[in-house]
Amino acid sequence: MSGIPHEPYEPKSGFAKWVESRLPIGSIIHSTLTIPTPKNLNWMWIWGIVLTVCLALQIVTGIALAMHYTPHVDLAFASVEKIMRDVNAGWLIRYLHMNGASLFFIAVYFHIFRSLYYGSYKAPREITWIIGILIYVAMMATAFMGYVLPWGQMSFWGATVITNLFSAIPLVGDTIVTWLWGGFSVDNPTLQRFFSLHYLLPFVIAGLVIVHIWAFHSTGNNNPTLQRFFSLHYLLPFVIAGLVIVHIWAFHSTGNNNPTGVEVRRGSIEEAKKDTVPFWPYFVIKDLFALAVILLVFVVLVFFMPNYLGHPDNYIEANPLATPAHIVPEWYFLPFYAILRAITFDILFIDSKLGGVLAMFGAIVVLALAPWLDTSRVRSGRYRPTFKLFFWGFVANFFVLMWAGGMPAEGLVPTISLIGTIYWFAYFLVILPLLGVIETPLPQPKTIEEAFAAEQAEKSMKAGTTPVTSTEIATPAE
Amino acid sequence: MRALKTLAAASIAALLPAGAYAAGGGGDVTDVSFPFEGPLGSYDQQQVQRGFQVYNEVCSGCHGLQYVSFRSLGWDSGPGYSEEQVRAFAAMYQVPDESDEALPGDMREAEPSDNFPANDSIGAPDLSLMAKARAGFHGPVGTGLSQLVNGIGGPEYIYSLLTSYTGDDKEQAGSILYENPIMDGGWIQMAPPLYEGAVEYADGTPATESQMAKDVSAFLMWTAEPKLVERKEAGARNFVFVALLGVLLYLTNKKLWAGVKKRRAESS
Repeated sequence: MSGIPHEPYEPKSGFAKWVESRLPIGSIIHSTLTIPTPKNLNWMWIWGIVLTVCLALQIVTGIALAMHYTPHVDLAFASVEKIMRDVNAGWLIRYLHMNGASLFFIAVYFHIFRSLYYGSYKAPREITWIIGILIYVAMMATAFMGYVLPWGQMSFWGATVITNLFSAIPLVGDTIVTWLWGGFSVDNPTLQRFFSLHYLLPFVIAGLVIVHIWAFHSTGNNNPTLQRFFSLHYLLPFVIAGLVIVHIWAFHSTGNNNPTGVEVRRGSIEEAKKDTVPFWPYFVIKDLFALAVILLVFVVLVFFMPNYLGHPDNYIEANPLATPAHIVPEWYFLPFYAILRAITFDILFIDSKLGGVLAMFGAIVVLALAPWLDTSRVRSGRYRPTFKLFFWGFVANFFVLMWAGGMPAEGLVPTISLIGTIYWFAYFLVILPLLGVIETPLPQPKTIEEAFAAEQAEKSMKAGTTPVTSTEIATPAE
Repeated sequence: MRALKTLAAASIAALLPAGAYAAGGGGDVTDVSFPFEGPLGSYDQQQVQRGFQVYNEVCSGCHGLQYVSFRSLGWDSGPGYSEEQVRAFAAMYQVPDESDEALPGDMREAEPSDNFPANDSIGAPDLSLMAKARAGFHGPVGTGLSQLVNGIGGPEYIYSLLTSYTGDDKEQAGSILYENPIMDGGWIQMAPPLYEGAVEYADGTPATESQMAKDVSAFLMWTAEPKLVERKEAGARNFVFVALLGVLLYLTNKKLWAGVKKRRAESS
């Protein structure tokens, strides 16, 4: 599986041999667990496991919630309150799901910024990166639809605003919006039938089910938007799960990137062993420890401030006749919401609304194209002094946009959003391509082994235990 | 490592609550100290009972509590009324009769298994979730970070609204509006509902305007979040458990990696 040479699996017991010759499950587990992993991975490499746990958490709590939730405009809000009050531990399941979405996004943003900094998106990991972006987009779609389900004020108005964006598309925009909002009349039995099928099939054939969802349209529905969102929200985790498997598989064949960006040596097993340690137990235990720390923060969030990241307006049942003073999406969408609202002027034949929509989707497109826009041959940002400045500028800009997205669009906010938007695009379209050409990178370590030894020596020097001179560090171990 | 630290700092900034932004309110909300605040806070049964009395005798005239069941008035972590008391309170309310013999529009006495009725008589909002549907604190610069310390401030908002009438009123489009700086826009349709002695507390507490406002805010926090006490207790258990697990994993990880790190240091 992995391109890094490592020892093959050899079944020991008679039973293991018997199974292996019929179903090579043992070697699959073995090659997954013992995959050679660069030993110098730092703490920014823990987010993958956090994300996997988030996905599992969301699917498990989501299944439990779906048992008690009613996808009907007259009943949805009340059914959520029923979960909060009368379902055993319903409040816990719902708060876990609600805040689990936030943890999911916190982790994914760390994960993305990690990749941007250490150049994890560069060859040969472009496909992993692209699939990762697809997962991110699917996550956003899922979170958006999930937020609609409680049918509170912000659910309703957020959905109205976002679905309306498609009306900016020339000629067919309005038709698409009508199509998204949906048909005429379906009864609950139809809904429940489809719902049940959607529950089963995604495990087997996520792809086919996408087609299946569209079949929903032909039958129509009396409250189609909410029910459609519910069923799509349900489907997407399985699409995400599928994408995650491909994402993990794709990067397992290329192997992990690492903070130095220097590839693992692949000449022989011995050579590779000097650069790596097996995933089990070294990184499993490390990741579990990191996970415990993250979960501690999550416990505080879920049990002591479960509504902190939410919006008070969503505890008011949706009312199409009363628009809230400010319509804001959940915090993880705020940077893109700011970009959407930053375009307040017409550009030639593109009016401001379409311009905003193009900018918002374009922001994700340029992110996906990062592997081809970044021309530097040095992978890790650690050895790129100028890149570092622009990268941290990008991170700061992300938070500025997040803040601007949450503020009412008045005063300086639109200008700040516009500047932030320009920087977002400039980072990918101007800075990354140019820097690769003009920047002089710092010298990189020859091997991971060398970098790891140097790091340990530096640490022990700081601690004052083992005195190791710098000349010793610079000498390769061989 | 520096990268990690910076990102960690950034992630704290990421915890900006969206709630801080919108939900209106112009005036300054008073930060009332409630017994249910803080990581180990719980409801004061006497206070919640007094608050229920205020709701029952004053608010229920116009406001419903449609998501709250009568039987939940007997929950120990909330008002904790006895079964007979719950039955008696339920009997004070009329709910739609949906039995087979009933005609549309027929009403019957409520039972403990029923919810409080919705009250649409004059279009006043339902109060079940009001304490979670309002934010009292928004700053600084709209980030809502102050909520990390003060809480979101729903009950404080209700308290402040009830005690901030200026005494001015005006007539607009046939209805009278009362000046109240806490309300978005500064004017509210609700006449000042509380006055000294509006209820006579069963436990003898003097019924000042501020006392009643505080009590009813506490009661409405309970209606909005009846599982708050269970939640915080479970939170304390989970925190200790995960912290212990974290310590064990830390030590395991340290021991496990010691070999790898030592080997490198020696061979170099």
